[in-house]
Amino acid sequence: MMTIVMWICGIMLGLATVACLIRVAKGPSILDRVLALDVMLLIISVALCLEMVFNRHTDYLLFVVVACTLGFIGSVTVSRYVSDQRNA
Amino acid sequence: MSTKNLKHRDQRIHDALDTSGVRHRATLKQEWPLLALLIFVWAALWQDFSPANLIFGVIVALIIVTLFPLPPVVLSGRVNVWYCFELFIWFIGQVFVASFQVARLAIFRGKKTRSGVIAVELRTDSDLIVTAVGHVLTLIPGSFVIDVDRRSSTLYLHYINIESRSDMERAREAVRDIERRVIMAMGSHDEFEAIKHECGPILGRVGGKK
Amino acid sequence: MELFLDILVAVLLITGCLMSLIAGIGLLSFPDMLTRMHAATKPQVLGFLLIFTALAIHLRSWSVVPVLFLAWGMQLLTAPVSAHMIGRAGYRTKHAAKQSLYADELRQVVDTVSDAPATASVEVSSEESKDSK
Repeated sequence: MMTIVMWICGIMLGLATVACLIRVAKGPSILDRVLALDVMLLIISVALCLEMVFNRHTDYLLFVVVACTLGFIGSVTVSRYVSDQRNA
Repeated sequence: MSTKNLKHRDQRIHDALDTSGVRHRATLKQEWPLLALLIFVWAALWQDFSPANLIFGVIVALIIVTLFPLPPVVLSGRVNVWYCFELFIWFIGQVFVASFQVARLAIFRGKKTRSGVIAVELRTDSDLIVTAVGHVLTLIPGSFVIDVDRRSSTLYLHYINIESRSDMERAREAVRDIERRVIMAMGSHDEFEAIKHECGPILGRVGGKK
Repeated sequence: MELFLDILVAVLLITGCLMSLIAGIGLLSFPDMLTRMHAATKPQVLGFLLIFTALAIHLRSWSVVPVLFLAWGMQLLTAPVSAHMIGRAGYRTKHAAKQSLYADELRQVVDTVSDAPATASVEVSSEESKDSK
């Protein structure tokens, strides 16, 4: 049963990633792209969790924590640069 | 807005205008929640809650707090555990509602989604409460914070699915309800009394149901 | 009991992944950046809660709960802050299209600040940037 569940989840995550990539390619502004990449990072952490469930181990737990923090730092940095552009 | 504590407001305006660059250090008494959080993070990352590891966590937390000082966060000094619990349960429920609302809008409405930017003036004047309300707002249905006016505690929110004046009024009411819940969970005594006084009939009804 | 827990894990996993899919669809189908922000922040928080619950149940272990709680709490604390930063930057720099807004009660305030004379605007903007922190 687990294999079927994994296939369903994998297909859904794949579609979500494709949607994010389309937004990254199309995005009218840099902020749209950052947002889409942020969501993509979260999708990758969900995929790591799925892998942990499938193989019954906890090796990637810290990666998930770090990924959450990294996405935050990335989007904050880019938005700071974007808002500084106006003042320059 | 007669309930606002003028002393707090003056302090905040003073803080906002303060350009001297002097750092206000927090005392250990003010900082114990941060220390407890850092120790929890340390122990959780090691997945080891044994006393030895906890003691080492205390040392690491103290070093971090000394090397990277933060300005003090002023707590109100009142926490109601029951209302905190109620807020948390309600929050989880609202997160579910929010996700399915976004799903409905994304799939069935798509490009035609209308939204609005509204200003909501909060009753509180504590930075902590404004921050907490902003966090809760961003994670539950329909809204996120674009800008804050600290002097008047006004939040400028982006609200999804706004199509008429009545929608805007409903959104404002929802925000003030969230503020009521947060103040009841961890606002100061004065604010709690003011809220109880203002929402007396509603609270009575809720209390009667239990 | 084992079967019931397995089915619960399966349901939680599928719903959690569905949330990611919703975020993706929302990113594609919403008209402007500020609306897309809703799609990017909200379903993910619920998705992570469901996936982490599934992971803890599937491993049948309490020792991973604190670190999962830490990861979820991190998500809970950081998602609103980054949404606010991106939203503010987008609003101020006119990156965000505003045609789909029904009403806009902030524009007047921002315009007043940007149109202020050069001598006064320095003070106002420095005060504002402090306010946003």
